[in-house]
Amino acid sequence: QEGLDIIILICMLLGISFTVWFTLLLVFIIVPAIFGVSFGIRRLYMKSLIKLFEWATLRMERGAKEKNHHYHQHHIFTIIITLRGGAEPEFDMSDIFYFCRRGVESIVDDEVTKRFTAEELESWNLLTRSNYNFHHISTRLTALWGVGVLIRYGFLLPLRVTLAFTGVGLLVVLTSIVGLFPNGRMKNYLSDKVHLMCYRICVRALTAIITYHDSENKPKNGGICVANHTSPIDVIILASDGCYAMVGQVHGGLMGVIQRAMVKACPHIWFERSEVKDRHLVAKRLSDHVADKSKLPILIFPEGTCINNTSVMMFKKGSFEIGCTVYPVAIKYDPRFGDAFWNSSKFGMVNYLLHMMSSWAIVCSVWYLPPMSRMEGEDAVQFANRVKAAIARKGGLADLLWDGGLKRGKVKEVFKEEQQKLYSKVLVGSSEDGSSS
Amino acid sequence: MGSRASSLLREEDIEEIKKETGFSHSQITRLYSRFHSLDKGENGALSREDFQRIPELAINPLGDRIINAFFPEGEDQANFRGFMRTLAHFRPVEDNEKNKDLTSGEPLNSRTNKLLFAFRLYDLDRDDKISRDELLQVLRMMVGVNISDEQLGSIADRTIQEADTNGDMCISFSEFIKVLEKVDVEQKMSIRFLH
Repeated sequence: QEGLDIIILICMLLGISFTVWFTLLLVFIIVPAIFGVSFGIRRLYMKSLIKLFEWATLRMERGAKEKNHHYHQHHIFTIIITLRGGAEPEFDMSDIFYFCRRGVESIVDDEVTKRFTAEELESWNLLTRSNYNFHHISTRLTALWGVGVLIRYGFLLPLRVTLAFTGVGLLVVLTSIVGLFPNGRMKNYLSDKVHLMCYRICVRALTAIITYHDSENKPKNGGICVANHTSPIDVIILASDGCYAMVGQVHGGLMGVIQRAMVKACPHIWFERSEVKDRHLVAKRLSDHVADKSKLPILIFPEGTCINNTSVMMFKKGSFEIGCTVYPVAIKYDPRFGDAFWNSSKFGMVNYLLHMMSSWAIVCSVWYLPPMSRMEGEDAVQFANRVKAAIARKGGLADLLWDGGLKRGKVKEVFKEEQQKLYSKVLVGSSEDGSSS
Repeated sequence: MGSRASSLLREEDIEEIKKETGFSHSQITRLYSRFHSLDKGENGALSREDFQRIPELAINPLGDRIINAFFPEGEDQANFRGFMRTLAHFRPVEDNEKNKDLTSGEPLNSRTNKLLFAFRLYDLDRDDKISRDELLQVLRMMVGVNISDEQLGSIADRTIQEADTNGDMCISFSEFIKVLEKVDVEQKMSIRFLH
């Protein structure tokens, strides 16, 4: 009899704590997400974290590391800068020194390979995963780190996982419900509200603290929104502040379920795997979409792959050929609170999401740049580069001509041939060239 | 960049490398991070593919020759010691470090050793002399398809003629040094290493 009482007591306690927990969650997180307001709890959290990191940095005797941020446009196609000051063209055995030196310089440090791994931090943000050269400094710091682990994994992670499930679950359910409505203004209105609400819950699931700048330039219907790509979270960050039509490949599993539900509520553009190869088909579907002014602006990431948020790499020209207004957006993450970069060759999606949800927070800034259109006499590639430069400038990122595809593939032979051509000109002068060219 | 990469490098190793190459402690740890980030297979050694993954090196016409310099005769893997030893050739020469704590022989970044590095780039079969054929091959790497065989041949002939003093139609290392005696090798074959 007593045993039963105790069990009943325990069940009641669990029930009450669960109710309390869920009510708190509802009041402080979900309801504000629905209405798009904020109590400012996250910002307060962020401020305290900053103070903590500053203290931790002071504790560590770290001399100022030389920061080599060259935010200018590299003309990387000229390895040979000034070969010999105006001497007559002829070969010198010392010419090899230039090639040698540039080669070894690129071995010691190059502009490209480091863009595909996480950015190195100046100070330690008490996360083991960003611990490169910091060894045990003091017991106090290690204790702090231990407390950090408890907080992040014991409290923040379960909270965030709950929110994530809530957000995704609501998205699927509510968009399916909205899909039952007949097409019209009511349906669009509801769809917008539902999407925004669910993305806002997801934003809170990541404890993302986002600052939006220049919102008067937000993308409008009939346009394409382009942004630099660092992680899949970019989508959540942008879509919680505005409504977009997504573009992507059809996936299976949970992702597929979400995609199918979303497209019921409003027209997103999902491609079958086979259709992705057909560039004309892709271009046609995108053009058809932007031509219809009642449809939402398309969200595209022209780099084609995740870059580590220190630079913007080559934009693929496909989206710039369509001929509509382009709304550039620059996204810059603050790496002190958690590194949002997804190194897909190192971590899978689940691992990545776990990393995200056990970081301190995701802090980023979003700048909406003024809309741009293709100018007279400009081709798609030049237009793409112009947009890329604007995004890089605004976000404080290095503007690189290198292709993000170098993450996985080899560099094209033609670039080496250009170098050879340049050197040949130096050897024999540009006019008298008795060779095949 | 690997996490905890520096913890895989022991203090004794760092000290030995310091003595052998003249790099500072922080330079060695920094270069170890770089070595580790290039080592995609995570097996403690670099293969030729690891080097070729660097785009700026892949488009360098002499990229393959430079990569080759990091691999000892007949080997396919470059460990960290070898990596540092080769990089040491490019350390700038400082005035105050003449024979400071280096035990024997010349420092790796001496003028002679820098010239030896460049010589070995030309000397494809490692027989300590540059033949006309070898010179032609290296020239061909540098210019690609843009210069005809005859023109390239005459450039090679002229170069050998100017350098060859003992009439064997090849350039030995001492002849190489003589030809380049007026060139500021220390400056041209040095790169800046961040501390």
